[in-house]
Amino acid sequence: MTTVVSEAVTLAPPEPLVAAPRRRLRPGKPIPFGRLVGVATVVGIWALASAVGLLDPRKLSAPWTVLQTGIDLARDGTLEANTAASLHRAVLGLVIGVAVGTLLAVLSGLTRLGEALIDGPIQVKRAIPALGLIPLMILWLGIGETFKVVLIAIVVALAIYVPTHNALTSIDSRYVELAEVVGLSRWGFLRKVVAPGALPGFFLGLRLAVTGSWLALIVVEEVNAVDGLGKMMYSAQDYGQSDVILVGLVLYGLFGYLSDSLVRLVERRVLSWRRTLAN
Amino acid sequence: MATDVGQLSAVRATGLVRRFGEHVVLDELNLEIAAGEFVALLGQSGSGKTTLLRALAGLDRDVTGEGTLAVPPKVSVAFQDSRLLPWLRVLDNVVLGLAKGRDVGRAALAEVGLAGRERAWPTQLSGGEQQRVSLARCLVRDPQLLLADEPFGALDALTRTKMHGLLRDLLRRHRPAVLLVTHDVDEAIQLADRVLVLDAGRIVLDRAVDVPQPRSLRDPAFHEFRDLLLSALGATATADGSTR
Repeated sequence: MTTVVSEAVTLAPPEPLVAAPRRRLRPGKPIPFGRLVGVATVVGIWALASAVGLLDPRKLSAPWTVLQTGIDLARDGTLEANTAASLHRAVLGLVIGVAVGTLLAVLSGLTRLGEALIDGPIQVKRAIPALGLIPLMILWLGIGETFKVVLIAIVVALAIYVPTHNALTSIDSRYVELAEVVGLSRWGFLRKVVAPGALPGFFLGLRLAVTGSWLALIVVEEVNAVDGLGKMMYSAQDYGQSDVILVGLVLYGLFGYLSDSLVRLVERRVLSWRRTLAN
Repeated sequence: MATDVGQLSAVRATGLVRRFGEHVVLDELNLEIAAGEFVALLGQSGSGKTTLLRALAGLDRDVTGEGTLAVPPKVSVAFQDSRLLPWLRVLDNVVLGLAKGRDVGRAALAEVGLAGRERAWPTQLSGGEQQRVSLARCLVRDPQLLLADEPFGALDALTRTKMHGLLRDLLRRHRPAVLLVTHDVDEAIQLADRVLVLDAGRIVLDRAVDVPQPRSLRDPAFHEFRDLLLSALGATATADGSTR
């Protein structure tokens, strides 16, 4: 009995069926954890430079020294107390600023009277850097907590006002026409057309506001404070402790990054109807 | 000020005047549409078609004139773009501004062949599907008058033909009066009971479509009517049926 074994046939792997490939204009697939790659690279260079002695530890401590200092500061409670004080100021200023900025944007974006009364002064105020107000604020409010929170709130309110106001006033007139045709009430129009249409602008403002609140926090804490991360860093400068300064900077950065990520996460969920180049 | 009209006529407008600066767009225009009647409105660009439609829709607050403008209380408008709000899901777009429940919205979507797509975002639909959602949004309001401003103008020929069939079906069931603004002479003849030609703000031709049903492009009566409309529009028909 003979067995017939058919000859093995090697199949060519299928060629991708792309006729005359076009130039890709989208940025392509996102790298997983892409943002972290850049951060890790910078930290890596820093560690390497410290290890081979390129960096003077009095000017810039090594990453592991910073980490050790951070742990020590956390153990003795210094870090916790200072971080709590800073977070309290930043969050309070942010909440007040977002509320005030949004309210002003809504009033000036949706009413003619509000536009006349509010938009002008705010545009003038935008020309003055908020941090330039520090002397006046100290004169008015003293050097305590109020001055710090008010200054953060001003920075935040302006950051959120501009994009939100812009989004409210540039609602597509075709949608306004549609709302009139289907007989939406004024309240229905605000809820179904204006608010969702302005949300992308609001979220842009919110992201600017969150980073703005941390920026303002650093400045007001370094002007004068009895506690807070800025105070901790400012004292460390007097004693030449670059590691303590770096612990403060890392925490500032971490809080800034985390809060921005949080806003982006919420934004993605709320604006899931949008399809942009990013996804 | 628009007032309600009785049962017999859906639209009664006399002596409508609309000026944009010096330019007179609607010139003492008179128009009457009977309840349930399908009127197609043709005219060259700038002849005042859209202005007239906006006046009837109550979107234009600067229409003057000594006459009257009476439209029914329930008017729906279909735009050339489907004009769906991108941040509302399909069903929410259909029932936008309606107090009554979402069940009627679902039924309207099923009627235009989009059952099951209630939770889709408008951007996930094709152009034809978006326009069908827009039709559902019009019909769910039980309009006595449907104003349509070139609703099929942006669709491809095949989709447009399907939409004509769908529209005829829907109208047979809901029976609103219709004013359809269009550029497409064939579309006007196929769908309408009566065709108006607008020129420089006045109606220059007002004729019932006497082509027997089903209105086929092969019917000589169709061609005769088409030539009549084209000459009223100021275009001359060539032997092969195209216009120049």
